[in-house]
Amino acid sequence: MDTLVVLESSRGSLHRLSKEAIAGAKSLGGTVSVLTIGKDADSIAQELSGVQLDEILIVKNEYVESYNADGYAEIVSQVIQSESPKNIVLGHTYQTRDFVPRVSARLDIPFIPDIISLSESSFVKQVLNAKLNASISSTNDQVILSFQSAAFSDESLEAGGSEVRLLNINLDSTIVRSKSEDPFQEEAGDVDLESAEILVSVGRGIEKEENIPIAFELAKVLNAEVSASRPVVDAGWIDSFRQVGSSGSNVAPKLYFSLGVSGAIQHVVGMKGSKSILAINKDPDAPIFEIADYAVIGDVLEIVPKLIEALENS
Amino acid sequence: MKIAVLVKQVPGSESALPLSPNEKWIDESSVTFVMNPPDNFALEEALLIKEKNGEGEVVVISMGPSRIQKVIREALAKGADRGIQIEESDDIEKDPLTVGKKFASVLKEENFDLVLSGLQSDDTGMGQTGVLIGELLGMSTATLAIKTEVKENKIKVKRELESGWFQWVELPLPASISIQSGLNIPRYPSLKGIMGAKKKEIKEILLSAQNQLSNLQSMDKVSIPQTSKQTEVIEGDTEAIVARIVDVLKKDIKVI
Ligand SMILES: Cc1cc2nc3c(=O)[nH]c(=O)nc-3n(C[C@H](O)[C@H](O)[C@H](O)COP(=O)(O)OP(=O)(O)OC[C@H]3O[C@@H](n4cnc5c(N)ncnc54)[C@H](O)[C@@H]3O)c2cc1C
Repeated sequence: MDTLVVLESSRGSLHRLSKEAIAGAKSLGGTVSVLTIGKDADSIAQELSGVQLDEILIVKNEYVESYNADGYAEIVSQVIQSESPKNIVLGHTYQTRDFVPRVSARLDIPFIPDIISLSESSFVKQVLNAKLNASISSTNDQVILSFQSAAFSDESLEAGGSEVRLLNINLDSTIVRSKSEDPFQEEAGDVDLESAEILVSVGRGIEKEENIPIAFELAKVLNAEVSASRPVVDAGWIDSFRQVGSSGSNVAPKLYFSLGVSGAIQHVVGMKGSKSILAINKDPDAPIFEIADYAVIGDVLEIVPKLIEALENS
Repeated sequence: MKIAVLVKQVPGSESALPLSPNEKWIDESSVTFVMNPPDNFALEEALLIKEKNGEGEVVVISMGPSRIQKVIREALAKGADRGIQIEESDDIEKDPLTVGKKFASVLKEENFDLVLSGLQSDDTGMGQTGVLIGELLGMSTATLAIKTEVKENKIKVKRELESGWFQWVELPLPASISIQSGLNIPRYPSLKGIMGAKKKEIKEILLSAQNQLSNLQSMDKVSIPQTSKQTEVIEGDTEAIVARIVDVLKKDIKVI
């Protein structure tokens, strides 16, 4: 087996990043098999029935009906040992962050996370808050890789079929030490970011809580909603339901107008589908400018009050 | 309750980041360093747990060259009891498994009940250290904690999942838990804290040669990302910038 993709269930269906990971695995060359675990395994195998794959491996076990780190680390380690894939590939999801390092430590296989592209024999990852890209390579025969959102497109997946194989794995009841409760959602706010036409999005570049009203005033003259980056929410300056990004909302407005947002990947994944992006940042090298249509280099606190004035007068 | 907090010193978000001549990393001589922001939340959580329990010890541990003593001192000033520096040459270690093994070899001697770390570092962003150490030391593990509740021999954590979902997980101690930012409000050191920190111990540990591990992954090159998108740069004096933005909003994007 050349490459094994470990799939993830997102509330019963195949996680979007797992599907992209299959596309990424294909670009590594060689045969690609997938592994699906738990109570959703059959329906996930079904979802992939039209995709060209070597094998779909299924593991069912009473202790790992749904995800838990102890059970997944054990099962995935056992499968890697019995099937000996050269590459073990996953989407770079929260679940991957949660259990894959345990597999890496247990089997002494390096884990290169959060890859955005391939270049010859190395893997490219963003470092230093997306300001630089790093090429990373492995000297080991086996390697674990996780791919960032949108690193590969699942549209490139070839149609075809695959063999399904049920793997028998015995788990001792003492393996699962943690007790996981069911996932839940917290009460949503009264703002629907996802359907807003225009978003004025506030980043840490707004500098102080006292400056937040500037963003709301700009939003008012533009008939927009206000959204925010995570640090602004963490600081308590803006309500958490306004957060955009991997741990917040996914938005695609007609205009995304950002004020002092640096453009970290966890923010960008939540807004890069916007039709137009206009970003104000005082740092000409801010990563947000790489995806912006309009890169305004300057101080938010100087530009925005004047802009509000100009818009009110026009 | 004996708690270890792993802290890393990383370039500040506004620091210059010039490439080093061999382009394998940045030239650190002109970098301004800060405590990795998620680690600051992990430290605060450890201090809160200790204060709530009314007893215990918080030990901050960092790996790196002598410059990292600054973040250890900062943590001591905020209330950590003592510090450990795992000494490393100037070049920061970038292979997560090697980092994990080095930390594990030092932590093993101390028998911690709880190991807290930030979920990832702002520099290399590998996001693995806490979990690797947990596995290497046979501890239970959880990541992305946004709430913790310590009970008798157990810890319950609220984990952040994707897109606004959450989950509670209960783990037996000892446990290694990585902390997501925003779960508390990190304190600033008091003047008394800063004075007191000078007297607190920072143990320097130099790992012996037999602990020199061979790296399984290496960072070969760093580079400035190339943009593929057509971007209009708007700069100049504020007046001109404002005029152009109004124009763009009216004529290009047509939202006003
Ligand atoms: C697992 C995980 C999940 C995450 N989820 C999210 C998420 O859902 N959403 C999210 O946003 N982040 C998320 N993050 C955090 C993310 O990595 C970044 O830390 C965050 O997006 C940075 O926010 P920021 O751009 O506001 O702040 P910074 O990165 O600090 O950027 C501030 C910017 O403002 C500029 N600036 C400063 N002052 C001014 C001024 N006066 N005028 C103009 N510009 C100025 C600076 O040049 C800088 O570019 C997550 C991180 C992790 C690890």
